[in-house]
Amino acid sequence: MSEVLVLVDHVDGAIRKPTLELLAIAKRLGSPSAVFIGGADKAAAAAETLKGYGADKIYTVDDTEVKGYLVAPKAEVLQQVAAQASPAAILIPSSAEGKEIAGRLAIKLGSGLITDAVDVAEGGVTTQSVFAGNFTVTAKVTQGTPIITVKPNAAAPEEGAGAGAVEAFAATISDAAKGAQIVASQPRQATGRPELTEAAIVVSGGRGTGGDFTAVEALADSLGAAVGASRAAVDSGWKPHTFQVGQTGKVVSPQLYVANGISGAIQHRAGMQTSKTIVAVNKDEEAPMFELVDFGVVGDLHTVLPAATAEIEKRKG
Amino acid sequence: MNIVVCVKYVPDATADRRFESDNTVDRVGVDGLLSELDEYAVEQALQLKEKRADEEITVTALTIGPEKAVDAVRKALQMGADSAVHVQDDAIAGSDAVATSLVLAKAIEKIGQPDVVMCGMASTDAGMSVVPAMLAERLGLPQVTMAAVVETQGNQVRIKRDGDTATEVVGGTMPLVISVTDQSGEARYPSFKGIMAAKKKPLETYTLADLGVDAGQVGLSVAWSAVEDTAARPPRTAGEIVKDEDGSGATALVEFLASKKFI
Repeated sequence: MSEVLVLVDHVDGAIRKPTLELLAIAKRLGSPSAVFIGGADKAAAAAETLKGYGADKIYTVDDTEVKGYLVAPKAEVLQQVAAQASPAAILIPSSAEGKEIAGRLAIKLGSGLITDAVDVAEGGVTTQSVFAGNFTVTAKVTQGTPIITVKPNAAAPEEGAGAGAVEAFAATISDAAKGAQIVASQPRQATGRPELTEAAIVVSGGRGTGGDFTAVEALADSLGAAVGASRAAVDSGWKPHTFQVGQTGKVVSPQLYVANGISGAIQHRAGMQTSKTIVAVNKDEEAPMFELVDFGVVGDLHTVLPAATAEIEKRKG
Repeated sequence: MNIVVCVKYVPDATADRRFESDNTVDRVGVDGLLSELDEYAVEQALQLKEKRADEEITVTALTIGPEKAVDAVRKALQMGADSAVHVQDDAIAGSDAVATSLVLAKAIEKIGQPDVVMCGMASTDAGMSVVPAMLAERLGLPQVTMAAVVETQGNQVRIKRDGDTATEVVGGTMPLVISVTDQSGEARYPSFKGIMAAKKKPLETYTLADLGVDAGQVGLSVAWSAVEDTAARPPRTAGEIVKDEDGSGATALVEFLASKKFI
């Protein structure tokens, strides 16, 4: 069975959930091979986790010559691993960085590229949601090694050990790939909540919060959810841009999306419309968001959310 | 200094966007305009020029697309770009990002050695966000992308950006490719003076032959990925909507979440 390369997304060795989802998808297409580009001291623990989620092979690549630079060195690593492994496909998380790596790699390998897949079926047929979720597109790469970037929550991680063979891979990074240097990097402050793009539940607030996110955050915490915000809330300075859900912010695709006091402008919908279940709370019953919902409450979020949060806490005991 | 701004003519997101029978985006029957996200790129190019007023800087707006796509570069000229190039050739229709980046790269080479290639963060139609990276790869240049802040000094470029897990400062040396987000600063509206001046600015139209690109390298039939099907989202089965009366809304909401096993 051909190998399917999965680029591992991790923060200092801690593997992010979308990578585990990609391993589950890789199993449908062939034999999952994870490509871990990271610190040599983190490789063994990472390989153990990757094996536990089905990786038959783990290429570990020392990141000494990779980590200080943007995108291009990682594309070179994948090109070199692909040259050795002749994979059936290459799967990359659909983050901003992932898509750029995929873009460079496509040109290097002479391969077709599909981004933002919400599903990948056997045979490499992808499903995408386009035009702010108004159309579903199925597509396939027809040239070269299919390169597919996959959105978070496209599949559930599957526990179950793969063969887990570890191979230390020596990549050569060209000087040309070191043209964009990361001068400073400030890790996002831990909020104690899940990361927005990979969270299973997202609770967001918009203009209707009036700037007070207390009720939104309390509901999020009762559900173990990430907190998001609409562009209106971000533009008003109520939340930093890193909280923004929408076309120009984070594009999320959780199991449950709860929109509170968000009218549902097309810009916002483009960032959340692939959510599996959508719930809205809004005073304005004409809000376009209600067109999308599985369940909606017409009411004031400042009274509905605290009552709902109290009820959830009570049920959890 | 030469700055080339890549801009795209896209179907209006507020219009009824749709596909043609061959599964390509309908770019003729739906009203189009300069992609909002590319306006930020034009703005940053113009700001770069204005901040370095003592230098000779040319901002060239570049687009690819059908006849009407010229509106995208016209808008850029009205905003203040110095010249424009429109690549128009029937053979390009249906090109994927791979072919688009090829045509852009060839056009940029013909315009002349660029110091900065400025792009928006994504198009508002396909929204792949990969063309800046592909362009950088084809031109053999570094890319500093998703910039919320762009600063330059001499031939050094520094950008600030918000990643998923960190806020980063990234540096590079010209020539390079920059992409900017909507956080980089509100794009200016064309002034009346700008609109009048734009009419006299040079606007060239290139064909594939002018760029030395073989028509067999681009277009729908040779695209490296193929759309098998497009389907309009079925009208969402109307969700249940309740009015909150004396706390009934919260109870109903929790019931719903529990029924879906979220609690």
